[in-house]
Parts: sequence; structure tokens; C-alpha cells
Amino acid sequence: MSDSVIDTPTPADLSGGGMGEPGEAMAAARTRATEGPWRAGLRKLMRDRTAMGAVVVLILIILACVAAPWYAQHVSQSDPFQSNLDGQITIGKNTLDIMQADTGGLGLGVTPIGPTWRGQYFLGADDQGRDVMARMLYGGRNSLIISFASTVICLVLAALVGTVAGFLGGWVDTILARLLDVLWAFPIYLLAISLSIVLISKGLQIGPINIPSNSLLIPIAIIGVVYVPYVARPIRGQVLSLARSDFVLAARCLGVPSSRILFRDILPNVTTTIIVFAPLMMALNMLTESALSFLSIGVQPPSASWGTIIQDGEDLLYTQPMVAIAPGLAIIVTVLALNFLGDGVRDAFDPRAKLRVGKG
Amino acid sequence: MTLRHWLRPAGLALLALTGMAALARPGAAQAADHTGGTLRLTSATATGSIDPGINYTVQFWQVLFVTNDGLVAFDHTAGAASNDIVADLATSIPKPEDGGKTYVFTLRKGIKFSTGAEVTPDDVVATFRRLFKISSPNAASWYNVIVGADACLKTPATCTLAGGVVADDKANTVTFHLTEPDAEFFDKLATPFADILPADTPTKDLGTIPAAATGPYMITTNDPQKEMILKRNPYFKQWSAEAQPAGYVDEIDYSFGLTPEDEVTAVENGEQDFMFDNPPTDRLGQMSQKYTKQIHLEPLFAIFYAAMNVNMAPFDNKDARLAVNYAFNRRSAVNIWGGPRLAVPNCQILPPGFPGYKPYCPYTKNPGAHWTAPDMAKAKALMKSSGQIGQKVTVIASDRSSMAQLGTYLTSVLNELGFKATLKVISGNIQFTYIQNTKNNVQISVTDWYQDYPAPSDFINVLLSCGSFHPGSDASINISGFCDKSIDAQINKNLKTAVTDPAAANAEWAVLDHELTDQAPWVTMFTPKQLDFVSSRLGNYTYSDQFHMIFSKVWVH
Repeated sequence: MSDSVIDTPTPADLSGGGMGEPGEAMAAARTRATEGPWRAGLRKLMRDRTAMGAVVVLILIILACVAAPWYAQHVSQSDPFQSNLDGQITIGKNTLDIMQADTGGLGLGVTPIGPTWRGQYFLGADDQGRDVMARMLYGGRNSLIISFASTVICLVLAALVGTVAGFLGGWVDTILARLLDVLWAFPIYLLAISLSIVLISKGLQIGPINIPSNSLLIPIAIIGVVYVPYVARPIRGQVLSLARSDFVLAARCLGVPSSRILFRDILPNVTTTIIVFAPLMMALNMLTESALSFLSIGVQPPSASWGTIIQDGEDLLYTQPMVAIAPGLAIIVTVLALNFLGDGVRDAFDPRAKLRVGKG
Repeated sequence: MTLRHWLRPAGLALLALTGMAALARPGAAQAADHTGGTLRLTSATATGSIDPGINYTVQFWQVLFVTNDGLVAFDHTAGAASNDIVADLATSIPKPEDGGKTYVFTLRKGIKFSTGAEVTPDDVVATFRRLFKISSPNAASWYNVIVGADACLKTPATCTLAGGVVADDKANTVTFHLTEPDAEFFDKLATPFADILPADTPTKDLGTIPAAATGPYMITTNDPQKEMILKRNPYFKQWSAEAQPAGYVDEIDYSFGLTPEDEVTAVENGEQDFMFDNPPTDRLGQMSQKYTKQIHLEPLFAIFYAAMNVNMAPFDNKDARLAVNYAFNRRSAVNIWGGPRLAVPNCQILPPGFPGYKPYCPYTKNPGAHWTAPDMAKAKALMKSSGQIGQKVTVIASDRSSMAQLGTYLTSVLNELGFKATLKVISGNIQFTYIQNTKNNVQISVTDWYQDYPAPSDFINVLLSCGSFHPGSDASINISGFCDKSIDAQINKNLKTAVTDPAAANAEWAVLDHELTDQAPWVTMFTPKQLDFVSSRLGNYTYSDQFHMIFSKVWVH
């Protein structure tokens, strides 16, 4: 195993760090020295209160989104994908139109009902008279699914390309590295928008597989692909460095096959980098999905995501700003949580981060 | 008698005469006070070529209404009279000869283009030849009645319209020979397509380059990305206040690029005098309370509808089309447009108040003259009998705000009926041609139609006749692909009746309107009203049914 992932005890750890008796500290240090790097990283992550707070927030958001059908059926009592422009709700003893005609002045305009802060229309209605809260929960499912799935695609592709390029070197590396350069040369949003416009207008046909234009797979694939260079290049660099390290040279000298070196010596070291990237990429992908959906080239109606709901709210900024604010806040909270978690994971698993922690 | 003694009564008499003159022509005295200044207009975008032979948009027809002239024109006035045809470059409206197949126009003398050249009969002939040479949008459908048009349509480059449009320089006349009588010939001559241009105007789309003007204003700058500037035409002298008034403002600046939100703010702040685009619905409440005097609500002869492709599943099934009509809640659509003050529900082809309109709505609870509520029970029963439940449907809507919202609502209705409907929103720049082309296999689309001129055929014949259906073409305005030979025969009969008896023809159009409504090629949603939002300094607001606010009639002083 590479020494680069061994969780070397910091001076603070060894001195006990105010944890108790010197004997106990020494025992704890011995335990840490014998435990694996994964366990040590996980333990460190668990000790990070900010990261754990972020995990709790993320779990709550995921649970709320998973409960969307239950919320729509039992709390909101409405179909969040069905327009309700001519409906009414009863609040207390009052029956109110969901789309309320303005009565002042010339009596122009119709405004969706605002937040009721009750079960039905908790955050008010959108321009189709649909319950914004229920749509937020359904939209959150799509936003989370897309950002998670695209992150998996991105990391797998990046690991594959980066590892193959760095490990094989030569013309394979030259071709793959230049391909990454070409992809990197495009402004990321411009590339994503261009791909979205093409694929959303006609769908995607790959041999016998036909992906319709309104499928979530399209934004997943687009977002997953456009960020590959951002992860693949650091991985390639790391693999290049590892391939020239003493332990790999020693293995080669001992006649260990390349495949074994790759799977036993190189990949485990790269895995930490991938894990560190995961929450950060998920946050980035969520922002990209929201941007594409806001521009009508991400999630397609009648499906919703937080980005599409912000777009719905764009036309209601003067009268019902909550329609845009609520999904905006949801994105901010989720992305912040992912970033805090990402920082925690980096501190726990990235050797350089460990040094910083040690100095602190 | 002293001089003073003589002067006093003379002075009083002069004063009295001046006063009487002022009383006799109050408008003229008032008008003189309002001349000058710059009228500032704003729009999100320009709308393509400014060539009168090419442009087919309300936005630029409004501009061409004050820059160019045809032989006849729609009266530049407000109210019902704005639908009247008056003589413009011609001295009078000619009486039909040869059973309605010949018209002789005598040109006014001394009218000049903005280049300084005089308008001659040769310019008139060249203008109509040019319409065919540049493939003007309606050359084949409006001006094909002119003798020689068939040859021009086959080989536009060599178009002469020989025997069709004949100039007589000595008599200063132009004679039109038609292959058959056309009751709407004057209407067609009064639209900007038939604006007379100099004979040496290039026989290609002028694009952003303005044509020579005959009206009180000429376009001096035209940058579609930024602005269009109109200044006074130095060669213009008013010959008819009805056909082409001189105009109050000295300059008209049309700026492009603001969003409708920003347009509202600019007009509220007095930075702009008029916004072309519809105000965003979330600003309406605030505008209608704070700027009551600056809002003008006017009738509009237009319809918003969903065209169903009658040649393609699932809407080749009449029961499926009827089901959508019964299920569609017109009040919901009206709410999307801005509420009942801004639109009225409609079920039929013709808009309320239009010639030939007789209220009729079978697609409502308690069928009768007007729509009251959707009939979901009947709609679902029809869906069951149609056997189309579970069919996949894609709704095509443009990205213009209300259109996308109407598309979302229609998708919701289709899903409620049992279709598997999805919405595809595409750019407003291409949506209108995209939905016309049968190659795109559009099943149902959201669109609108505004009158070109006040005749029922402009809706019924243009939008639902076999002649307007051109499979595989981007210019197939019969979007539903509806073609019924017996209805076509009635359309042709009505067109002929209208030549001699417009009232009888209108009665027949009403019958046809109801028949077509029963066939349900569309879901007609509503007829909107025109909302013009103007600055507080803009006065003498004048609204024409044809071209809306008349720029030459308003003042800013």
C-alpha cells in the first residue's frame, strides 16, 4: 500500500490533545496506528461537527423529497403536475380562488394565491395554480437524482480516463489528454447548453436505445460528461506520479503484472481523490442542473426540478416572489451542505488536508 | 371720426373673426400646439425585414402605416371607421368594371417619394411585379387573382403581369385586370404588401434597408439589434388627413432590446412613451392601480387557439378532438392571459365583433351562445369512445411567456383526459413555421391569429381551406391540415357572394363558422384585448382596429 494514505498521527494526537491521561492517549494513538486509512478517515469525518451537520441537513432534505407523494396526497391534497387555474381552497371559513383576480384600479391581472402557511398551498401557488411546496418536494427528487447520477457518471468516466491515460502513458495518454483539453477549452455552461439544445429538441438515439427528449437521462448524461476533464486531469496527474513512485517501481522489478499494480496499488490511492471530489461535484452538478432547467433545457415539463420552479417564479417576482425564492433557498441549503460535507471529506481523506489540520 | 374711432371696431371685428375661426377649427388650433418632439417606442425585439413586400408582423405594419402608402388605405382614425377603405395615392376609390374584374385607379399628382422622385403609374406596376419576384408571403394567396399572376408564380424572375396591371402615363392611371371578382381586393391593396415603391427598388428582400417612403415619416436608421429612427419625410405634403395625416411628432425613436419587465418600468418612469410587447402579467395589478390613465384597453380581432392535426393520431379521431374541446377550461386560459378584463372565452373560429360573427359555443356545460364551464363528464365519455386513451401526445408551444403557460395548461388537460402528454417549448422565432410543416409531425400546437383585414375569409379561408394546406412546406398556414371539399365549396361561394352582397355573404360566413366549430379542428381558447401602456406625456391616443396605436396621430407635447 502506498504511504500516501496512511493516517500518520499528528503531534496533537500523540500528545493527547487534552483527551485525558497520557497512557490513554498512547493507547488511542496505538489503536489509530493499527486501524486502516478508511476507518481513520471515517472517524475523522465523524468528529467534524460541520460535516456531520451537513450530513444531517442532507438526510432531512432527502427524506422530505422521498416523502413528496405522501405530502401531495395527504397534506397538500393536490396533484402538483395538474394545472388548477380555476380552483378554490377553503381556509377557515373563507373560500378563496387559487388564481385571484385583481380588483383594484382597472381590475387587470390575476395573481396566484400566496403562502397560506398551512397544509394546502403552504408556500402558495405558481402560475398554473399548483401547490409550490408539493412541487418543491417533487422537484427536489429530480434535482437530487440528476446531481447524484451525473456525479457518479462523471467520477467513473474521469477515473477511467485519468487512470488509463496516466498509467499507460505514451500515445494513449497523448490522445486522451488532448481530448480532455479540447473538452476543457469550451466554456462549461456554453457546452452544456449547446448539448442540451441539440438533445432536448430531438432526444438521443444510440443504436437500438432511444432516450426521449423529456427523459431525465439527458441532463444526467450531459452534466456527467461536461465535467469529466475537471476530475480526470487531477486523477491523471496523480496516476502519473504514482506510476513513477518507488513502490510501483519495486513491484515492477519484482515482476508483478501491470493489471495487478493498477488494481492493487494505483486505484486504491486514486479512490480517496474520487471520494473527496464526490460531494463537491454533486454540489456543482446541482447548480448546473438548476441553470439548465431554468433555461428550459434541463428537466422538461410536466416534470419539475428546483431550476424549473425558479423559472416558473420568474414571471411572478413582483406578486408572488416565494415561488422563486423557495426553490432558490433549497438549492442554496443543499449546495452549502454538500460543500461543507465536501470540505469535511477532504479534511478526512486528503493527505494534504491532514497536514493543514495538524498545523491547526 | 378719428383713426382710433375706426380702429376700435375694426380691431374688435378682427378679434371676433379670429375667435370664430378658432371656434370653427378647434382641433387645428390645438393640433398646432402639439406639433414637434420625439415619440419614443420600445420593444424586446425587431421583427425581421422592414421590406413592405416581405414583413408580415403587427409591429412593423404599425411603422409602415406611417411611412408608406398604397393606392388605397385604411382610414387613419379610431373606432369602427378605422376599418373603412379610403383613397390614398389614388384620387378616389374606383368603381368596379367588367363585373368586378377591372379597376382603374387614377393617381394623385405631385406626390413624391422620400428620394424626391414623383410617384408614377410605372412605380405601381413595378411594385406588383416585385411582390412576385421577391416571393412576398401572400403573393400566391392574395394577388393571384391578377391576370398574369399564374405565370409570375411559376417563374417569378420574369414576372411582367402583362395584361394584369397596366400603366397609362398620359392619363396617369393604373388598371388592374382580375381573373375573377374579388370582394376583398381593396382590403388587400390597403395592407403594407401593396405599398407603392419606386420602380428601381431592388427585386430582392431589402432586409434592414428601408424602402423609399411616401408618408410623413421615413426610416433613417434601422439597426434591428438596437434601434430604428424615423424622421420627417421632407417631400411629404398632406393630401388626405384620412389616408395619411401629417403627424404631430418630428421624430420617432424605436429602441429594441429591453425585456417586457424593463419596458414597463421605462414607460412608468417616462423614459419611453409606448411599449409594443404585452406587459408581464405580474405587473398588471400594479399598473392598473397606479397608472390607470396611461392604460388603453382596445378591441382586438384575434384568436388564441390550439391547432390539432386532423391527419395524424390521435386527433385524426373526431371524438378525441371533441373531448379536448369539452375539457378545455377557457376561463383558465383567460386567467393565464391576465384575467377577464383582458380576454373573453371563445369557442369558434371568428372573434367576437368581427363581420360574420354570431356567438356559438357547443363545447360547454349548457351549450348555447357563450362558454360557461368545461364539461369533463362528456369529455371523458368521448375519450372512451375515441379509443385514444394512453396515446402519446406532444404539445408544441413557443417560449413567449403566455404561450408557454397555455401549452403547460393544455398539456395538463390532455393528461387529465388520459393522453400521455408532454410539452415541448421552442423558440418563438421558429415555432410558427415549425408547426406549419407536416414534416415535423406536430400533433397539437398553441398559436394565435390576428386579422389582416376585416373579412371573415381572413380567418376561415386563410386558416381552414384546402388551398391553405401545403404538406411539407413551412408556409402551410392551415396548421390543422383540415381540408373538407364541401366546406371549400361553401367558402368559394361566399367569396363570390361577397362581391355583390356583403351582408348576405356575412350571414353565410356565420353558418360556415359554426360548421367548422362543430368539426373541431382547433380548440379555440379566447379572444384577447389590446392593452397599450403609454407614458403620461403621450396625448391624443388613437387606436385603429387595423394597425393599433397610430404613431402619426399621437403627440408628446
